[in-house]
Amino acid sequence: MRLATLVTAAFCLFCFSAPAQTPQAAATYAITHAKIFTLAGSMIDDGTLIIKDGKIAAVGASVEVPAGAQVIDGKGLQVYPGLFDAVTQMGLSEISAVSSTVDSSETGNFNPDVVAATAVSPSSEHIPVTRASGITEVLAVPASGGFDSSGSRAVLGGQATAFSLAGWTMDDMQIKRSVAMVINFPTIQTRSFDVATFTRKERPYAEAKQEYERNLNELTDWIERARHYAQAIGHGGPSDFERDVKLEALAPVVRGQLPVLVFADRARDIRNAVEFCDKQKLKMILAGGVEAYKVKELLRSKNIPVVLRPVLTLPVDEDDPYDRLLSQPAELARAGVKFALGSFDNSFARRLGQNAANASAYGLSQDDALKSVTLYPAQIFGIADQVGTLETGKLANVIVTNGDPLELTSEVKYLFIKGLLTSTDNKHKRLFEKYSKRPKP
Amino acid sequence: MNRLVQVAIALLTLLGGPNSTSAAPPDPSPVIVIQNATILTVTKGTIEHGSILIKDGKIAEVGSSVKAPKDATVIDAEGKFVTPGIIDCHSHIAIEGSVNEGSISVSSIANTADVLNSDDIDIYRDLAGGVTTANILHGSANSIGGQTVVIKLRWGQPASKLPFEGALPGIKFALGENPKRSNFSVPGQPKRYPATRMGVEETIRAAFTEARDYKNSWDAYNKKVSGGDKTALPPRHDLRLDPLVEVLEGKRYVHSHCYREDEILMLLRVAKEFAFKVRTFQHVLEGYKVADELAAAGVGASTFSDWWAYKVEAYDAIPYNAALMTKRGVLVSVNSDDAEEATHLNQEAAKSMKFGGLTHDEALRLVTINPAIQLGIDKRVGSIEVGKDADLVIYNHDPLSAYAVVQKTLVDGRVLFDRDKDIAGRATLENEKKDLIAKEKAAAKKPEEKSKRPDEKKPEEKPKPPSEEQSAVSANGGAQ
Repeated sequence: MRLATLVTAAFCLFCFSAPAQTPQAAATYAITHAKIFTLAGSMIDDGTLIIKDGKIAAVGASVEVPAGAQVIDGKGLQVYPGLFDAVTQMGLSEISAVSSTVDSSETGNFNPDVVAATAVSPSSEHIPVTRASGITEVLAVPASGGFDSSGSRAVLGGQATAFSLAGWTMDDMQIKRSVAMVINFPTIQTRSFDVATFTRKERPYAEAKQEYERNLNELTDWIERARHYAQAIGHGGPSDFERDVKLEALAPVVRGQLPVLVFADRARDIRNAVEFCDKQKLKMILAGGVEAYKVKELLRSKNIPVVLRPVLTLPVDEDDPYDRLLSQPAELARAGVKFALGSFDNSFARRLGQNAANASAYGLSQDDALKSVTLYPAQIFGIADQVGTLETGKLANVIVTNGDPLELTSEVKYLFIKGLLTSTDNKHKRLFEKYSKRPKP
Repeated sequence: MNRLVQVAIALLTLLGGPNSTSAAPPDPSPVIVIQNATILTVTKGTIEHGSILIKDGKIAEVGSSVKAPKDATVIDAEGKFVTPGIIDCHSHIAIEGSVNEGSISVSSIANTADVLNSDDIDIYRDLAGGVTTANILHGSANSIGGQTVVIKLRWGQPASKLPFEGALPGIKFALGENPKRSNFSVPGQPKRYPATRMGVEETIRAAFTEARDYKNSWDAYNKKVSGGDKTALPPRHDLRLDPLVEVLEGKRYVHSHCYREDEILMLLRVAKEFAFKVRTFQHVLEGYKVADELAAAGVGASTFSDWWAYKVEAYDAIPYNAALMTKRGVLVSVNSDDAEEATHLNQEAAKSMKFGGLTHDEALRLVTINPAIQLGIDKRVGSIEVGKDADLVIYNHDPLSAYAVVQKTLVDGRVLFDRDKDIAGRATLENEKKDLIAKEKAAAKKPEEKSKRPDEKKPEEKPKPPSEEQSAVSANGGAQ
């Protein structure tokens, strides 16, 4: 429940416990005789993967085990790159109903300067719970959900951060501090749901359209001012003009260095967003994309990738086919649209694999299903040089499982994050073990 | 737009099953044989390459060699899996309008059975996820909420045909943050009593104290009448207390929404004080902490698979809950509380194999026979046995896998969902829709037509709001 509410000091009870994620000291590891799914070429039936200095040092069918390496016998096990959840509020939101534990959504409509990395709590209980499901890195996305005290979703939401799900501090965990600028693309909404009163609100179309146009004009204004600002920085010295943190944050966006992650679901809103980004020459990544299938040709022709909401979501319209979202990934794949899957959540992040498997059950190839939660998000966010496949030189974010990592019953037997053998212990396991041992009253 | 949607739904119904269009129950029901299937009976083991004969809406025969009568429709289920229909012990589908009568904290006067909406598209969507029976509950805003009803997902039938014949009615209770209204406030309105867990207990105790007195006055009256007293005056009927008297008399089940261990024990104490039974604790996310107490009290627990941390009382929720309670002897089911979640309850049950080590059979029980027992309908549904209702699901894979897709769902021996037919019918539906929109547009151009419907807005001016369920999920983790 993402409701804003007051909390008392009593909630200190829920202050987060010290990291149970204590990674072991860096060592050299060799996983031998495992089935290795590098996702960069065909599967290796009986292969070896070497992890050294936090990176993948070697992978292949005939790789020498270095002297001194800790050997993990991978017989009967399977090795994959860790999963990548492409949209979360990881570390930004602990208990969504309790606003004092939520930092995912800043108040105000234009906050291009705020950065997720600043507020990610490395001690969040969500982190060990999530990585136990095989997710090794995520994107924390501001203004993508979760409620702050204002419950707002800013038009310019701030910068998303990619990080690995283990480490003592954000500096340890961070893969890339700023990977995309969030835009919640303005929509014409006559109806809304007020979470404070739990009631529906309705307003006239003219009023909703007016707000839409105002937001769009303001957004345009921000981008244009940022362009002028960036040109000014390019030409003059810092003493020549007044610095502005917000415009400064937008400079890489208008220079085409930082993509915009644009949240839009309905076909009309997606079209508007594409038109806007085209006109402003912004590098667009679509997020949400519930009706992406309706504009697949547009997305393909403009080369715009999509981070899709969970496929385990009901269709938006009553007369949509019941499996509208389940079959969408397959449809987009056939149309040549690049996409990744995201949980758009924290508590449900561990359903990422389940969602990918369901997409596969409804027509997506198994290979694409796996890549939509590993390689594709890495490519979309420009960090495929670091994560997404098992290739020499990449971060050793690696999972060793006893089966298909997307299947409900598969378990992560070994978890490596940045080359460190990392515990799958978490709050849930600890409570389970504690209460399993409760004596009979 | 609404009219279009209704027509579209009607068409969908038409294509959804051969017998689902007529309002009256089609009679006689078809004779069907499902052949060559892996049959997961739940109570009698697994039959490989087995067959099921369906007659008069019931399971007539099950086994490895069942002879198909000449007139039977044969469904070849080679390589497929058949399970009993999924039973969802906590649902809010098919309710017209709001699920909460949120004005007062004892709203036992309200009844979900009075507001069933048989046109709700979520009935069809849940059928497509293998659900055949659902416990339709009032919301959780009140300590004592409204009355509940068990329905079969008889898509295409009128609302009057949905209730599960003979199933005992229930009543929703709710403990913790929701009846406290912890996460809700209406500006300008004073806070409602109760606002603490202490107050929730006293709200329930006060109501049952009244109900007990009310019952006594009726008992006294009935005694006088049966003793020949013709002048005895009956007590005045109290529609709020009548359902609570039924609880005291064991004629109505209590399904109580709860999260924390302390409030679970609280309700068990109150139930003991007033000598009634709690039938199920719903959500019961900390049930694993008091599993022995639940088992000793003989109450059922109906929980989520892996929801957590959406509010404080869900912060100690663990995905091992169902398994741990099962291993301590509690009768456990896994429910949805949400129209979407219901479409993959088979998958949610499977998670208890990973989290807590339930067997394949034990996991499947969580969404079949266990909720049937909890709802008191296990003599008719919940397993594949001769004589039971032919409520069946055919999957293309082991249903306890994320790759399993429902192919057909049968209710009372009728195929009400058929994936192939659904897909085959989509083009026709799309064309029908286009025609209807064209007609509407043409009609809108004629001024005299337009004047007849002055209030009608253009469809594009009315973006659809999230459904009640979706709102509940996005705003409340669905935990209504």
